[in-house]
Amino acid sequence: MAQCVTERLVASLSGVDAGYGTRQILHGIDFTVHRGQVVAIMGGSGSGKTTLLRLMTGQLRPWSGAVEVLGVRLEQASEAQRYALRRRIGMLFQFGALFTDLDVFENVAFPLREHTRLPEPLIRDLVLLKLEAVGLRGAARLRTSELSGGMARRVALARAIALDPELILYDEPFAGLDPISLATIGTLIRRLNDALGAASVVVTHDVVESLALVDYVYFVSRGRIVAHGTPDEIRNASDPYVRQFVRGEIDGPAPFHYPAPPLAEALMEGQ
Amino acid sequence: MIEAVARLGRATIDAVVQLGLAARFVIALLHHSGMTFRRLPLLIRDLYFAGVLSILIIVVSGAFVGLVLGLQGYDTLQRFGSETALGGVVALSLLRELGPVVAALLFASRAGSAMTAEIGLMKATEQLDAMDVMAVNPIARVIAPKFWAGVIAMPLLAAIFSAVGILGGWFIGVVVIGVDHGTFWSQMQNAVDFEEDVRNGVVKSLIFGVIVTWIAVFQGWSCTPTAEGVSRAITKTVVFGALAVLAADFVLTAFLFIGR
Repeated sequence: MAQCVTERLVASLSGVDAGYGTRQILHGIDFTVHRGQVVAIMGGSGSGKTTLLRLMTGQLRPWSGAVEVLGVRLEQASEAQRYALRRRIGMLFQFGALFTDLDVFENVAFPLREHTRLPEPLIRDLVLLKLEAVGLRGAARLRTSELSGGMARRVALARAIALDPELILYDEPFAGLDPISLATIGTLIRRLNDALGAASVVVTHDVVESLALVDYVYFVSRGRIVAHGTPDEIRNASDPYVRQFVRGEIDGPAPFHYPAPPLAEALMEGQ
Repeated sequence: MIEAVARLGRATIDAVVQLGLAARFVIALLHHSGMTFRRLPLLIRDLYFAGVLSILIIVVSGAFVGLVLGLQGYDTLQRFGSETALGGVVALSLLRELGPVVAALLFASRAGSAMTAEIGLMKATEQLDAMDVMAVNPIARVIAPKFWAGVIAMPLLAAIFSAVGILGGWFIGVVVIGVDHGTFWSQMQNAVDFEEDVRNGVVKSLIFGVIVTWIAVFQGWSCTPTAEGVSRAITKTVVFGALAVLAADFVLTAFLFIGR
């Protein structure tokens, strides 16, 4: 998919600082996604990956720097502009975030009912097509409480692509899934991205699954991008933090121990 | 000492900040109320949950309050030889005070807590975020219909409460104790003024409805999105709701009934 890099820019962040309240989370982020690409944002828990997604949906404004998504400058966009943009974005939340008072069919129909005035038969057909794409047409009338974790994630994916988005965002799509569901979601991310001609951003800490799937990887650590490249470049990266992460070593630049005084001292105190 | 003053100051600032947030929240809520009245199924769903499902507890409580009023009212009145005034006493107590206040307290613990729990859990499971990212404003789609459902349901529930309570008082007074049937109702008719008593009671319950529902939806919306945070928000809804209703009742009584 490397040829896609020359294609249209879908989202770009340049020199972005961002955070919540007075706490700065992201420092000087530069990041781009092009049409047709599946890009992974990798990093440990609490490194600022999800904050990056919230910048792209306009849920969070950057403190400084520029965020442009599908041609909209988000740092100065009005609420109406942000809502208009979000209709062109699909997002899969970590645990699906399905509406618990609606069944599977109505969950997928939700964006269609809210944003279009399509006649009921057409909505039905569209919902069934989206469910077919994730292999759950037969589950249309199940309640959300009857779904397994993997199925809920797939229904949420069908809902995220209901309006044929140009950019699809995934927040930890692999977290807590069994190997079969994990492979299914991985395949779907790639297949849907290519079928829709969209761009995808996958926030994840699942190394093996995502390196096999994506076109480009950004590595985030403590709110900074410490490395980026194609999956091959990342596998052979020299950065010690990336090496530790990719190989899953328990000690390295990210230490095993939470900072504490030496153990001997702590034991002596108790006597 | 300084520590204590600092803590008091911090608590005060926190309280003021919360009030400010609640005020901003209700302004946003009113601003986004259009959808509630354009899409009635949304409002009807929440009216069902807040109103219809509260009817049973309102009817049962109203009946018991009426029965007790009948007993206590008769006992007190007969000391002065004026047990014929029972109808008026029962009706006035219910319409002016007990109907709006007790119905509001029950509403806060039955419907208000359910609203807080539903909104809080939707927040904790990212459903509100998901809606927002799907370009559907959660305040317009989820919060405003609940708020208006509460505001509409509350006066109706208070009216049901008072009506059932009056029947309870009648049952004790007329059927059990044997006050004259005709006197009971004609006394009530004479004592109750439509403007002064019935309308002011409805005004009270409407204001209680606004207060209780506002607290309920705000607590759900602003809760910490964890199991503990949701449970604390529900507790706050019931406690703040009850306190606010009782305090507002004092102020409203002073203005509506006495201060003229």
